[in-house]
Amino acid sequence: MPAAEATREGPGEAIVRIRDVVKEFGPLRVLDGVSFDIARGQVAAIVGRSGSGKSTLLRCIAGLETTQAGAITVCGHAVGRPGSAARAQLRRDVGMVFQSYNLFPHLTVERNITLALTLVKKQSREEAHTKAAEVLAMVGLTDKRTAYPEQLSGGQQQRVAIARSLALSPQVMLFDEVTSALDPELTSEVLAVMEELARRGMTMITVTHEMGFARRVADLVVFMHKGKVWESGPTAELFAKPKTAEFSQFVASEL
Amino acid sequence: MIQLNANHFIYLLQAAQWTLLLSLIAFVGGSVAGLVLALLRVSKIGVLRILASGYIQLIQGTPLLIILFLSYFGLGIMGFKLVPIVAAGLSLTLYAAAFLGEIWRGCIEAVPRTQWEASDCLGLNRFQQYAYVILPQSVRLAIPPTVGFMVQIVKNTSLASVIGFVELARAGQIVNNSTFEPFTIFTVVAAIYFAMCYPLSLAARALERKAHAGR
Repeated sequence: MPAAEATREGPGEAIVRIRDVVKEFGPLRVLDGVSFDIARGQVAAIVGRSGSGKSTLLRCIAGLETTQAGAITVCGHAVGRPGSAARAQLRRDVGMVFQSYNLFPHLTVERNITLALTLVKKQSREEAHTKAAEVLAMVGLTDKRTAYPEQLSGGQQQRVAIARSLALSPQVMLFDEVTSALDPELTSEVLAVMEELARRGMTMITVTHEMGFARRVADLVVFMHKGKVWESGPTAELFAKPKTAEFSQFVASEL
Repeated sequence: MIQLNANHFIYLLQAAQWTLLLSLIAFVGGSVAGLVLALLRVSKIGVLRILASGYIQLIQGTPLLIILFLSYFGLGIMGFKLVPIVAAGLSLTLYAAAFLGEIWRGCIEAVPRTQWEASDCLGLNRFQQYAYVILPQSVRLAIPPTVGFMVQIVKNTSLASVIGFVELARAGQIVNNSTFEPFTIFTVVAAIYFAMCYPLSLAARALERKAHAGR
């Protein structure tokens, strides 16, 4: 889609704005003043070692964790407290995909997707059914409509989870190490779906260990270390000329 | 002494109907109150959690026999004279609610936290999360311990005999007082209890299979 490509070329508006975010678990400071912006249509890859705070940051953007200081805004709205109007707005703007898929095991693939469409978006059964068919086609699982999650492979489950989130038409999608539980073959089928989403102009923030995917698809790489944004910038630039010793070491170790 | 005859067995079967009725009252009353207690126990509001937990601790630490005495004789002294079936139904409801509440709290908490997070991220509110995501999964986990407890309730209704409620156990005693054939009579009584409890276990097994088939 050329229109989407165009917005990704230009700077665009900051759709996700993160300012001086601090997150502590008891005495442990997991995020220590994190700031960066993501423009509409951009794909950002947050990379770093385990424990660097990257997943926590993503969970803060999704409103699953409360922060101690700083501000996160998505589409101009603060993340807000659970139950607040701001939180309801956030749920309309942001979709989240988890490492462990988190499909609802007691519901069919289709019902997993239509549940929020009928309950939250108040769509009719027919509308929701049509939408489910559309997103299932997008992830290549049209034939699994009536299956239960446990009858699917991990890669298929993750694609359903992406479809479930996508069906709600979010402005931004967050991906939390979505391929970490998958073997290489299943990983590539999930990454292919994510690349397709990126091509269609979806704004995406992915926490990932897939450096190949980050290099290929991400416009922006954020390297986190010790709860800080250690280094960030346009992907090609960053990988070509790492500014810090930690990032060049990290890149070397991931190859 | 009277010779044991068919009328005695008919009398026992009639009394068994009261046992069934009392069990039913305890199941239904205990289930409704137990579900409320379970939801209070996992509430976000601290005071509600403490109140529910206090009730459960209190009832679980009190013999059913004493609860029966309190609701029949105790309330009677205070001017609330309850007929035995009401006093027994009330006692068993209070008792069953505490145990079912605690069993079901465990089943609700056994649903992984990630199911809450996933449904939250899809925009479901707390009521919708319970109704469509959490409780349907809890129910599966709850079937075996709930039926196990129901079997206990059927047997525990025999305690209602101490407040003069003529259910199966009391009827057995009455028949025995006039015929003095304890071995025969109480074997029959035991067989009738078994006939009431065993189908429950069978039904539980069928329900479990059905729940698993749907996965």
